[in-house]
Amino acid sequence: MNNKLIYCLMFCLTAFFLPLYAEALDNSTTDDIPKYVTTKPEFTEGLFPCSSCHASMEPNRQRRELGFHTEIQLNHAQKQRWCLDCHDSSNRDMLKLANGDLVSFETSYNLCGQCHGNVFRDWKTGIHGKRVGYWNGDKTYYLCVNCHSPHSPRFKAVKPMPEPAKPQDVNKVQSTSLVEVGGTKLSIPQYKGRIK
Amino acid sequence: MNRRGFLKSAALGVGGILLPAKDSDASVWEAFFQKHFREMNDKEKKDVVARLEIEYMQKYKKRITVKSTPALPNVLYGYGLDLSRCIGCRRCVYACVTENNQSRKPQIHYITVLQFKQGEKWVSDLEEAKKYYNAEEVPEAGHFYMPVQCQQCERPPCVKVCPTQATWKEPDGIVVVDYNWCIGCRYCMAACPYGARKFNWGEPEIPLDEINTETHYLGNRPRLRGAVEKCTFCVQRVRENPGRYPACVEICPVGARKFGNLLDPNSEIRTLIETKRVFRLKEELNTQPKFYYFFSL
Repeated sequence: MNNKLIYCLMFCLTAFFLPLYAEALDNSTTDDIPKYVTTKPEFTEGLFPCSSCHASMEPNRQRRELGFHTEIQLNHAQKQRWCLDCHDSSNRDMLKLANGDLVSFETSYNLCGQCHGNVFRDWKTGIHGKRVGYWNGDKTYYLCVNCHSPHSPRFKAVKPMPEPAKPQDVNKVQSTSLVEVGGTKLSIPQYKGRIK
Repeated sequence: MNRRGFLKSAALGVGGILLPAKDSDASVWEAFFQKHFREMNDKEKKDVVARLEIEYMQKYKKRITVKSTPALPNVLYGYGLDLSRCIGCRRCVYACVTENNQSRKPQIHYITVLQFKQGEKWVSDLEEAKKYYNAEEVPEAGHFYMPVQCQQCERPPCVKVCPTQATWKEPDGIVVVDYNWCIGCRYCMAACPYGARKFNWGEPEIPLDEINTETHYLGNRPRLRGAVEKCTFCVQRVRENPGRYPACVEICPVGARKFGNLLDPNSEIRTLIETKRVFRLKEELNTQPKFYYFFSL
């Protein structure tokens, strides 16, 4: 008898608190990002704002060999898209989502996130992509386009830094030199001759 | 002379010869009788740090600050490494060397990047890995990479075997070494299943202009010949408040390295443990590493 009462009470309590709990969960999964600072997109010098040239140009949706922007090799689902699917034709300084909404270049992750939903989710929680700053404080997120060229997102291969000296070659470390990588100076060994 | 008297005077005599009488300025004596780090009170720590800073000033002609910041409360550090992303570029290796004042000659690296052929047996057989790969460009087709460094075990075998208790696990989970108490027996190196501990076979050499002058007693302060050292998750950086990320996390060009507080349910390290496929190296040894490898693809 007593037990029944307790179960009943527990049920009532759960029924009362469950909606509150669900609400709390909802709040924690909002899609807002601005909590952290994102870096600035890197434009080729002199190209931005785009409107400085494009304002007086007629939009051309034709898939064609580009006369200007020749450094752009579109290698990013190029069969399904062309310039004006992401760049807005009327406001050249903005990007365009699939639903027609405009987003700035600083918040271009909203554009990338349309297709790359899983990666976008991981990026927001900090699992995908690079963050610098403080592990328990302010962080700076790298934008998608800081690492991936939006027109050809696959990473380019890089030259690896020197291999460690083998045990028999400990004396072949001649000197070290400072090499700058992304703003940080790294001390790299110089080996005497070529290490076998 | 009775037996007791003889032994007493002999011991005193031998002791007198052994003690560094010739250059016995105060600092040598203090170093000789330095207490165990965990038994020092704040005043004693401050004195030791001050002595070391003077010693380093004399040796390197440079102001080197030595901190002894204790562990932050309610923090247990954890590390994540995304094997789907690592391209084997070794930026982390040298960011670590530069940050942590490792000896350049003889060479000491805390991080070893291993290269594996795809499709071959790998994780249980690290001996198959290539450590000295030197390609024109990485990643090489048909290969993948796994950097290995100290796994900051919850049950560290290296700590268990140390005869002088010169190495121990801090409250925030970092396994540290007191270089002044290390006698160089290298038992810990034999005990570590990850090859994470490194020995100073010679006098550590660092070019003066490359010394990192922001140091921690338990971390990147200049080392001694004959002492063992290891990765400390950059204790000098992560124990600041707010704490910086370790140097290897900040340099990684592909963002494969993740770091945070395991006790904070909202940290990126907890999120990745809960949402990704995760494994720990040589889990069967029950060392319980706080270094989680994961796959994001």
